[in-house]
Amino acid sequence: MLSQIEGSRAVAETVARCRPQVICAYPISPQTHIVEALSALVKSGRLAGCEFVNVESEFAAMSVAIGASAAGARAYTATASQGLLYMAEALYNASGLGLPIVMTVANRAIGAPINIWNDHSDAMSQRDSGWIQLYAEDNQAAADLHVLAFRLAEELSTPVMVCMDGFVLTHAVEAVDVPGQAAADRFLPPFQPRQVLDPDAPVTIGAMVGPEAFTEVRYLAHVNQLAALARMSELAREFTATFDRPLAPLVSPYRCADAETVVVALGSVLGTLKDTVDDLRAAGVPVGVLGLTAFRPFPVEAIRAAIGPARRVVVLERAFAAGVGGIVAADLAGALPDREMHTVVAGLGGRPVTRDSLREALAAAFSGKLAPLTFLDLDERLLRAAEEVPS
Amino acid sequence: MSERVRFFQTGSFAVGNRLLPLDARTVQSDPSRSNSLTSGHRACRGCGEALGARYVLDAAMRATGGRLVTVNATGCLEVFSTPYPETSWRVPWLHSLFGNAPAVASGVATALKARGRTDIRVLGQGGDGGTVDIGFGCLSGMFERGDDVLFVCYDNQGYMNTGVQRSGATPPAARTSTTQAVGPEPGNVFGQGKSAPLIAMAHEIPYVATATIADLHDLESKVERAMGFHGARYLHVLVPCPLGWGGDAAQTVRIARLAVESGLFPVFEAERGEVTAVSPIRHRVPVEEYLRPQARFRHLFEPERRADVIDRLQAGADRNIERFGLLRAEERFGPPLGEGS
Ligand SMILES: Cc1ncc(C[n+]2csc(CCOP(=O)(O)OP(=O)(O)O)c2C)c(N)n1
Ligand code: SF4
Ligand SMILES: [Mg+2]
Repeated sequence: MLSQIEGSRAVAETVARCRPQVICAYPISPQTHIVEALSALVKSGRLAGCEFVNVESEFAAMSVAIGASAAGARAYTATASQGLLYMAEALYNASGLGLPIVMTVANRAIGAPINIWNDHSDAMSQRDSGWIQLYAEDNQAAADLHVLAFRLAEELSTPVMVCMDGFVLTHAVEAVDVPGQAAADRFLPPFQPRQVLDPDAPVTIGAMVGPEAFTEVRYLAHVNQLAALARMSELAREFTATFDRPLAPLVSPYRCADAETVVVALGSVLGTLKDTVDDLRAAGVPVGVLGLTAFRPFPVEAIRAAIGPARRVVVLERAFAAGVGGIVAADLAGALPDREMHTVVAGLGGRPVTRDSLREALAAAFSGKLAPLTFLDLDERLLRAAEEVPS
Repeated sequence: MSERVRFFQTGSFAVGNRLLPLDARTVQSDPSRSNSLTSGHRACRGCGEALGARYVLDAAMRATGGRLVTVNATGCLEVFSTPYPETSWRVPWLHSLFGNAPAVASGVATALKARGRTDIRVLGQGGDGGTVDIGFGCLSGMFERGDDVLFVCYDNQGYMNTGVQRSGATPPAARTSTTQAVGPEPGNVFGQGKSAPLIAMAHEIPYVATATIADLHDLESKVERAMGFHGARYLHVLVPCPLGWGGDAAQTVRIARLAVESGLFPVFEAERGEVTAVSPIRHRVPVEEYLRPQARFRHLFEPERRADVIDRLQAGADRNIERFGLLRAEERFGPPLGEGS
C-alpha cells in the first residue's frame, strides 16, 4: 500500500519487516532518522525478538554486528560519511569472515572540510572492502533493496551495503509502498548461518592465515561476488512475483536502446538525468541514461548489454579520486574499452546537480567539446579568490 | 559458594592440591577438565599468557557447565593458538580485530539474548594492548551498557606480539623496544600509564578483580566468581612474558609472585565499584628482588645501581600497599577466605 512517508522511515519500517535480531547504531547525519525509528520500534515492542544496542562508536557498531552475526543473529546497522570511515577496519573484517550483515549508508561527503551534505565519497572509499554495494535511485528502491539485501547476504554469506543519498532520499517524503510483513516473510526465510558460535559444535572463526592460503581466500570471495550477479537477477524476479513491482538489481537503462551517448550514474541524480534526457530527446538528441544499482560486484555484462552500440559514455560521478579523476569511470573504461569516455564530477558536498548544467555538459559532449574530465559548475570566482590568498 | 582455599607455601601448588577434598581442587587437577586451550600451540616456553588463558578458560567452562563462547583480540594469544590450518581452541572461538574484542563480545551476548540462548555465557579476552589501549573505548562501552560479558585482560605489560613495544600498561623504567634503556632516563617514563581495573571499577560494574598466574587457584576461583554475576565483569591477570621481560622461562610463576609480594601488583576484588577483598602480602619483598631477574630492568643495576630509580619504583609499591591495605588486609576484610569459618 502506497503511503506518503519519509525515506528514512520507509527504510526503518522495511528493515523491521525483515525481522532483524540485533540492531546497533551510532548517530551521524543523515542516517539518524533511520536508527531513531528502529530504536522506537524495538523499545515499543513493535519489533519483537530484536535487541537495539546503543554503541559508543561506529567501530563498535560494526563490531557488535560482527559478534551478533557470528552468534547466529540477523544483524543490521546504518551509518554515513565519517562513520563509515571510522568502521573501515571492521568492514573488511565482516566481509573477510563472510558475515551477512546488512547496512544502510546514508551517503554523505567526507571531511575536511567537514560537510554533512550528500555525495558518494563515503561509500566509494569502501568499494574494495569486499561488501556488496547497492545504490538506490529513489525511496521505493531504497526500501526494496533492503529486503533483497538480507536475502542475498544470507544466501551468499557476505555483507551488503545499501546506499541511499543523504537528505535527498533519507529526508524526502514521497510515496513508498513499504513491503508488507506477510510478503516479506515469504521472501525472506529465517537466518540460517553458515557457521555459528555454538558450544555444542565448537568452531574457530577468524584464525590466522598465511601466504599458503590467503590468495585462495580472496579468490573465493571474488567468485562469491560474481555469483551474486546471477543470483541478484533471479532474486529480483522472485521479488517482483512476491511484491508485485519491479526491482532493478544490477542496472536500470532508460532510453538507451538507440542512444548514441549514454550517461551513467548512481543514486538519486538519476531522476534529474532522466528529465534532462527527456528534454534532449524532445530536441532530437539521441541520448540515454544507465543507472547502476550494483556497483560491487560490478555488473560488466549487464552494462555492456544495456549500453548497446552507443559510442560515447559520460559518467556522472558523485565522488572522485584526487590525482586521477572518476572512480566509476575507471571501472567502466575496463568494461567498455572501445568507447569514448568522459567523466563529469558533479554534486560534491551537496551541490545541486541541475538540468541546465547537465544539458550544457551533454551538448558539449555532442559537439565534441566535453573534456575527458570536467567538474560541473566549477566556480571560477572562488578559485581565483583562493589563488589570491597571501601565502 | 564454598569458601576459597588459599595456599601460602612458596612451593608447588600441586602438593597442596592433593591435600584438598575433591570438590575444592583446581580445575586443572581434574582429568576431565575441558582443555579449552589445548596443547600444540606456538607460545614461547614459559609463556605466562598461555598458562593464564588455559586456567581461565577451563575454570569458565566448569563454571558454565561448558556453555561458553569466547571472543579474542589480536595478540600473542590469538596468533600462537590459531596458525592455519590448526587451532588449539576446543571452545567456540571468534577473533575479529585488535581493538574491538569487547564490542564483538557484546554482539555475541546480544545475539544470544535475542535468540533466547541465555544459557550460553560469553568470555572476551585480549592482551593489555588490546584491552587498555586500542580496545579501551569498546571496553568502556561494554562496561557502561552492562553487557553480559566477562572480559579478561592478560597483562604482560607490553605489545608482545609485535616485538615488545610499550603499552599503557608498561611499568615505569621498563625497557621495551619503544622505550629503550638509553638516555638520561632509560626505559619507560614515570608518571604515565593507567590502572584499567580502577577505571573498570569507576563504571560500577558488578565485578572487577585482579589476579596473577602465581596463584592459579585464586585465578580459577575469581573466574568462577565472575561467572556467578550477570552483566559486565572484568578480570585483569598479570602474565609475565619471558621473551619480553627478559627472564628465565622457568621463573615465570616466581616473577608473578614477586610482583605481588613487592606490592607492585595489588591483587584484589571489587563489587559495584567498592573493593571487597585484597590478597594480603605474606612475605613482603623489596621491589629490587622483583626487578633484578628481569632483563627489561637490567639498566637499573648495570653498569651501576640506579638507587634513585629503584627508590621511585619502591615508592609506587609502597603506595599500593597503603592504598589497598595489602599488609593490613586482615584488619579490613577479616581473615582470608578458607581460614576460620
Ligand atoms: C589496528 C591494529 N593496529 C596494530 C596492530 C598490530 N598488533 C597486533 S598484535 C599487537 C600487540 C598486541 O599486544 P597485546 O594486546 O598487549 O597482546 P600481547 O601480544 O602482548 O599478548 C599489535 C600492536 C593490529 N593488528 N591492528
Ligand atoms: S612473546 Fe611473551 S606473551 Fe607472546 S607467546 Fe612469547 S612469552 Fe607468550
Ligand atoms: Mg601485552
